[in-house]
Amino acid sequence: MAVKPVHVGQRIKRREDPRLIRGLATYTDDLKLHGMLHAAFVRSPYAAGRIGKLDVQRALAMPGVVGVFSFDELRGKVGPAPCTAVMPGMQHVPYPLLADGRVLYVGQPVAVVVAKDRYQARDAALEVEIEIEDRPAVVELEAALEPGAPRVYDELPSNVCWHQPPAADAKLDQLFASAHGTVSLRLVNQRVAPLSMEGRAILAHWEEGPQKLTLWSSTQTPHGAKQQVAMCLGIPELRIRVIAPEVGGGFGCKIPTYAEECLLPWLSRRLRKPVKWAETRTENLLATTHGRGHVEYIDAAYREDGKVLALRGKTIADVGAFASMLGAAIPTFTHLLACGPYGIQAVSWEIVDVYTNTMATEAYRGAGRPEAAYIVERVMDEVARRLGLDRVEVRRRNLLAKDVFPYTTPTGAVYDSGNYQAALAKALERFDWTKALAERDRRRAAGELVGLGVATFTEICGLGPSTGASPLDRRGTWESAELRVEPTGAVTVMTGVSPHGQGQETAFAQMVADAFGIGLDDVTVVHGDTDVVTHGVGTFGSRGLVVGGTAVHMAIGKIVAKAKKIAAHKFKADPERIDFSDGFFTQQGAEWRLSWTDVAMAAHLWNEPVPGEEPGLEAVARFEPTGTTFPFGVHFCQVSVDRDTGELALERFLSVDDVGTVVNPLLADGQRLGGIVQGLGQAWCEEVRYDENGQLITATLMDYVMPRASMFPRFELDMTCTPSPLNPLGAKGIGELGTIGATPCLVSAALDALAPLGVTHLDMPLKSERLWRAIRDAGSAR
Amino acid sequence: MKIRVTVNGEVQEADVAPRTLLVHWLREDLALTGTHIGCETSLCGACTVHVDGRAVKSCTMFAVQADGRSVKTIEAMGEHGALHPLQTGFWEEHGLQCGYCTPGMIMSAAQLLAENASPTDEQIRHAIEGNICRCTGYQQIVNAIQHAAKLTRERGGRA
Repeated sequence: MAVKPVHVGQRIKRREDPRLIRGLATYTDDLKLHGMLHAAFVRSPYAAGRIGKLDVQRALAMPGVVGVFSFDELRGKVGPAPCTAVMPGMQHVPYPLLADGRVLYVGQPVAVVVAKDRYQARDAALEVEIEIEDRPAVVELEAALEPGAPRVYDELPSNVCWHQPPAADAKLDQLFASAHGTVSLRLVNQRVAPLSMEGRAILAHWEEGPQKLTLWSSTQTPHGAKQQVAMCLGIPELRIRVIAPEVGGGFGCKIPTYAEECLLPWLSRRLRKPVKWAETRTENLLATTHGRGHVEYIDAAYREDGKVLALRGKTIADVGAFASMLGAAIPTFTHLLACGPYGIQAVSWEIVDVYTNTMATEAYRGAGRPEAAYIVERVMDEVARRLGLDRVEVRRRNLLAKDVFPYTTPTGAVYDSGNYQAALAKALERFDWTKALAERDRRRAAGELVGLGVATFTEICGLGPSTGASPLDRRGTWESAELRVEPTGAVTVMTGVSPHGQGQETAFAQMVADAFGIGLDDVTVVHGDTDVVTHGVGTFGSRGLVVGGTAVHMAIGKIVAKAKKIAAHKFKADPERIDFSDGFFTQQGAEWRLSWTDVAMAAHLWNEPVPGEEPGLEAVARFEPTGTTFPFGVHFCQVSVDRDTGELALERFLSVDDVGTVVNPLLADGQRLGGIVQGLGQAWCEEVRYDENGQLITATLMDYVMPRASMFPRFELDMTCTPSPLNPLGAKGIGELGTIGATPCLVSAALDALAPLGVTHLDMPLKSERLWRAIRDAGSAR
Repeated sequence: MKIRVTVNGEVQEADVAPRTLLVHWLREDLALTGTHIGCETSLCGACTVHVDGRAVKSCTMFAVQADGRSVKTIEAMGEHGALHPLQTGFWEEHGLQCGYCTPGMIMSAAQLLAENASPTDEQIRHAIEGNICRCTGYQQIVNAIQHAAKLTRERGGRA
């Protein structure tokens, strides 16, 4: 199909925006149904303990209260909260929808109050009396593994949730034995909060007449929620419709189906009324999944020339108090991506997933890959320091050459394509690294603390194939698309991805408009409603365009094939000899031509039936990726640190990324800029902290420090383009790049800034206090 | 308590509980759901509206405190069906992704532009410090506000 791209590749403004900028979009909490009730949760004030007394009488007597429920009402009637990543050998303890006799973390739902309005529900929740015999909490990750440590689960032998022992590897041992040197690091990848601006929100409506549940949920995976709620509550999936209306951000924390998402439908069915709940920000910080939460030990063997030969790693990962949907599996991605873009020859990796009395961790923008990039980038910087080499030069020596792809890493990842040197060369030129070094040295000589940071990285997007799919999930790694053509030639796209800011209503419309030679206004993209889009997987793991877009592409192909038959029939031609481009069907050597709208009309009128075909013009496609794409990039930055206060200032940041083919550069910029700031947020200011009793001390935005506009300079963006061979679009995925490269890049710069003082190690986040202490300690050590 | 508030140019009389937050009154009773709730502690700015022309975080103001005053929400930005320059700017410059922070961001930016027709990037970044966006990394928001400032200047200062 020779199509002149009119829309694809253009900076086209979003079709989503008119409703959003005028305040006319509908998020879950904007919905109101007749007779709707409001839920409020009573959450555990203790991190660990046995529930003694649970008295709901006072709460029940409060104005407007319709019901108060604890686990006693649920026992034997519902399943546990969904968890799909249950690995062989995992010590998996099912997590109840409400606390069953014991509490496991501060914020765990213990009871739920339903009342006629939100204020009444919250008032009554305060009147539920709970007595908890508290016990020592397991909070510190490594302390949890010590002999004699208190246990999260008495029924388990330890706090280990899952253990992947390191594999014996003679080659690795030999590389370490023959190495010029080894680097050993302990790195903390602190726990952070995804913090979508819209928290979780749920509205469940069980209709007794049609025996149907409609569940509006602020989710990234409406189809997953449908399956999980069906399994948990024993409601047939055919009687469940899940709608993800406007969703105010996700970043991974809206992948899992939560206990609350199962409980509200149960309440609605029980009370025969719609029930709504929208979490407060404190609830969001307490009881919406967190990300990261790793401690890593890493040994790296290197040659005299700076080439890193082998890695021996250990990830100790904080699963939290229960295994969330995918939570326990996240560290396997850290292992898989441990080599980054480098030709490291051998890797062994131990993983210890640990239960603690804290909120569960889950996928968070990057999910295991930012941790991997952080490790290998810290290794590169440290090797450069040991050898007195330039940090960029060390990376150049380690980067894979462009002719090795497809390349299988020692960890088993198959990199589809890459040209890392080209991206590095472009970044060096754009940033003028040599000049920046000279400028840094000049300012240093004048007494300033100035540093340059570098990160070269790759990542895993659009995961596939489905070979490892979990039956607990009832779906693989494919994505679906359905295209329906109207008699006028206008097209409705129904996609199984569930965008919440990514812009696929625009990107997919661009693809479809170009394919059929129609305008953007003649395309509408529908998503996030399981009764309309019958099957889908969702939006996460940078898969929207790579997997979902390819499904759209496949459906376009099916429609064009049938449209050609219709056109050929009209002119008694051979469908094989029909061309379709720019909205017209033609036949080589023939005079006739037929427009897209003529064919669309013919397909519906069917007054000239095409033998062997059915009327209409529609197609369903599912794309199953044969492999995973690996976008990559180079980030450079420049910082200064105030010697007296420890305050970090980010002066420059350059991102050169390669995401393969780009459908809409405007949206691509948005994805990268947002990701970079999120990655910098972790490096710079964000941290979920619990005290020794397991109390969350970062439970409001006063204490959980979010990146704000005033912290950042204007980011410089550039790109290279190495299309992926794994999908016809050549797309590689873009959503998580920023959080993978930016985090180590900022730490690299801060370490460089403090290097003249003799500082060789820093942990994130790089708050002023931490940098000030590092500066002070370095001073007193002299 | 009985209150009389001009909301988006229309007088609204209501009897509200004294503890009703302005944002809840706007959203629940007046169905003006364009104003969002992001933190309930005036730290994120998603709920920003104008009260007597000043940007205010409506999650930490009671509805009764608006008695006798004039409130403007995102729904009233732009006149006669046309977009406000800030709405145009956010659209043109891709100043939003999930859109949740956008109404509050626009209301805060409107106050800045009312006070400073030609802000620098730095002044914009300072002015929206009380509004958190998790999606955009702020740069395209800064571009959006600059776009709006330029449009407004071209129209002789009329929003």
